[in-house]
Amino acid sequence: MTINLTLKIWRQTGPNDKGGFKTYPSGPISTDISFLELLDIINEKLTREGEEPVAFDHDCREGICGTCGAVVNGIPHGPEKKTTLCQLHMRHFKDGDTLVIEPFRARAFKLEKDLVIDRSRFDRIMQEGGYVSVNTGSAPDANAIPVPQETAEQAMNAAECIGCGACVAACPNAAAMLFVSAKISQLALLPQGQPERSRRALAMVRKMDNLGFGNCGNEKECEAACPKGISITNIARLNREFLRASICSNED
Amino acid sequence: MKLDAKIPDGPLAEKWDRHCFASKLVNPANKRKYDIIVVGGGLAGESAAATLAELGYNVKNFCLQDSPRRGHSIAAQGGINAAKNYQNDGDSIFRLFYDTIKGGDFRAREANVYRLSQISNSIIDQAVAQGVPFARDYGGQLANRSFGGAQVSRTFYARGQTGQQLLLGAYGALMRQVKQGRVEIFSRREMLELVVIDGQARGIITRNMLSGALERHGAHAVVLATGGYGNVYFLSTNAMSSNVSAAWRAHKKGAGFANPGFVQIHPTCIPVHGVHQSKLTLMSESLRNDGRVWVPSRVEDQRPPAEIPESERDYYLEKKYPSFGNLVPRDVASRNAKEQCDQGKGVGDTGLAVYLDFSEAIKRDGAASIRRKYGNLFDMYERITAGDPLREPMQIYPAVHYTMGGLWVDYNLMTNIPGLYALGEANFSDHGANRLGASALMQGLADGYFILPSTIGNYLAGAGTDKINVAHEAFEQAEQDAAGQTAKLLGVKGTRTVDDFHRQLGQIMWNHCGMARNRQGLEKALKLIPELRAEFWQNVLVPGSGQELNQSLERAGRVADFMEFAELMVEDALAREESCGCHLREESQTEEHEARRDDDNYSYVSVWEHQAQDRPKLHKEPLSFENVEPSRRSYK
Repeated sequence: MTINLTLKIWRQTGPNDKGGFKTYPSGPISTDISFLELLDIINEKLTREGEEPVAFDHDCREGICGTCGAVVNGIPHGPEKKTTLCQLHMRHFKDGDTLVIEPFRARAFKLEKDLVIDRSRFDRIMQEGGYVSVNTGSAPDANAIPVPQETAEQAMNAAECIGCGACVAACPNAAAMLFVSAKISQLALLPQGQPERSRRALAMVRKMDNLGFGNCGNEKECEAACPKGISITNIARLNREFLRASICSNED
Repeated sequence: MKLDAKIPDGPLAEKWDRHCFASKLVNPANKRKYDIIVVGGGLAGESAAATLAELGYNVKNFCLQDSPRRGHSIAAQGGINAAKNYQNDGDSIFRLFYDTIKGGDFRAREANVYRLSQISNSIIDQAVAQGVPFARDYGGQLANRSFGGAQVSRTFYARGQTGQQLLLGAYGALMRQVKQGRVEIFSRREMLELVVIDGQARGIITRNMLSGALERHGAHAVVLATGGYGNVYFLSTNAMSSNVSAAWRAHKKGAGFANPGFVQIHPTCIPVHGVHQSKLTLMSESLRNDGRVWVPSRVEDQRPPAEIPESERDYYLEKKYPSFGNLVPRDVASRNAKEQCDQGKGVGDTGLAVYLDFSEAIKRDGAASIRRKYGNLFDMYERITAGDPLREPMQIYPAVHYTMGGLWVDYNLMTNIPGLYALGEANFSDHGANRLGASALMQGLADGYFILPSTIGNYLAGAGTDKINVAHEAFEQAEQDAAGQTAKLLGVKGTRTVDDFHRQLGQIMWNHCGMARNRQGLEKALKLIPELRAEFWQNVLVPGSGQELNQSLERAGRVADFMEFAELMVEDALAREESCGCHLREESQTEEHEARRDDDNYSYVSVWEHQAQDRPKLHKEPLSFENVEPSRRSYK
């Protein structure tokens, strides 16, 4: 089956350009293709017609690397629940639909070009404590510390975050709380994360604030947009971890 | 070209210990005087960069992606092998070694594979200590599952996202070192040239993918962890940016390329659906623990699967290989799927698919249990195909997945260019002619966490600590070469797009150097590839400029290298007139269409030397087996 769409795509030549929407007809496209394959088709056409193709980030195209992402009709990663843009297929759209495609927008994400943004501030938050400090070679036997299955499962639920930034783009305050809470939860739940638990919570939250991400307003937009279904209960845990560390620990 | 594998003396089980003891060390105070470049943001690169920094070296880490958390190791689904024997089912270091070397059809080095097997257990310990949430049993102990080519359960996993969790563990270790000032990250950088001074690797030229600026980076050693070359086929399970360029540029500077013709075609991928398809998606091999592979017994049976009674289904793997059944190694499973489809028994719209059926497992264990094990894979399948594997069998077909070939390295993981190392999928070292499932993560992390950090000191201790001067004429020349290539690509201003050429190259390779190869097809490819390459350089259309973010230009550079590299692959496949592992030469088969290996004439690693004007030159590193008997692989 094929459908025809109208695409309004954000074009911006660089960080200092003002940018704006340009309209492109999709031409007939198969409903079996993915959203990024639609962009591929548009780009092939633009290239042949002598116009610059649309720059967009993408890599694995199987929903796990977290590289791709754009806002489609107001929703980060588009209308399908728990689906990254690369896994969104055109069978979810109707003939004649108009799609407005724009980059993830947030103060902390600088726009590089068209749909490409700079998410390196996520790395900078991670540098503050998104790990267990264990040098290679100094680990005990893997089964030395039993971890209840339920705990391991909960930690894995949080660990599934792909760092795409959709939560920030969806949030009215451009908060990174869901992203940060996913890592803090994973490590707070596991015994291996305990020694640095307080320090991690304080340092990562402080960095997140310093880098220009907003605060949580309980709108739950992040959870709705998250392609991996990361739950906002992680944000509740982050708040508890932060409070606990602020009151009960000697860390500053 | 001189090839010395530097395999240590002594009994197999003692080689690695003896080698570490005999290697020179760099004292802790001197380590900070050495700069090391690590190219690549996957498991091998990040584990190496983090560990080298922990030891005290100055590390620069480069990746194409916007963050070092996204290398394609992240997409590995099923798991990672280790010889822990937690299941008490008869596993051991020797058994993992034996399975791996047999799985590779006796085309890998005994000493390397044994070391990999020894180190496997430490990797699991390390990952758990980092907080990698592996699956666990109710008692809190680590859970295992089985993978192809093994009769024990030794695969550790984190749902269907094991690669992601291991990579994020390594990424965390790397971020910790960044915070401590020991690693500098260069993301959105593409390596365009290797710099060799007085025969030693001394640096790289990179392109800043945002600004287009060419940058010089000098170091006392250069480590390439730049992945495999599966994207030469255009359609593969690799990420879109996966490429051969870094390895190929090193090859053109003198590094030997080993076994380039060895490419793993993974049996369980979602079938091709149409002309605009940009990539293929893998469905983890772990599904074969519970899924049964079948086709209709009758040729061109068009009935929906539910209407085909048991008696008219051909469970061909279970029938042909009763002891391994659906868990035969990947090359065997792929070849058999192709054979069924070639006979007209394939299913789906294109006839290029077989069924992978979970109904029996669902009846046995319940839908909830099967969903718990494979839920995310089933969801992914449904998103792409709109089919629900809990209700109807999956359709699967083989696709290009992993490349066993890579830069030739010695036991220290150093190429034949002193100071240049290759890790992970970018080297050729451990998988022979076929990689077993759940062994790629194991190898990448063994190389990065444990092997390179132990071997690199031996080279650096004799390399001198003088800072590398990036004003040296070798840097000047390499930068000019890189700039020249970019200008040339932009200057053609032809009429065909980069993807258009890439797709055509991929078709040539799939048709003539894919799952089955023969002399006639390979010789044809050797004619077609140079023709296409000539057209590429006359007619490619690359829009935009070199001084900006230009994704067409990035792809053009990679495809230009694939155009050259493809020819080397075909040369290699042509020169190896035997079948082994993934490499099936139709001229060399048994009556049952199994690969017929020829140990008398081909028990060697093919190592190719680049020739500027001539066809590449073949060197041979003979393989000797002292601890295992190269038998005919049988999974019956």
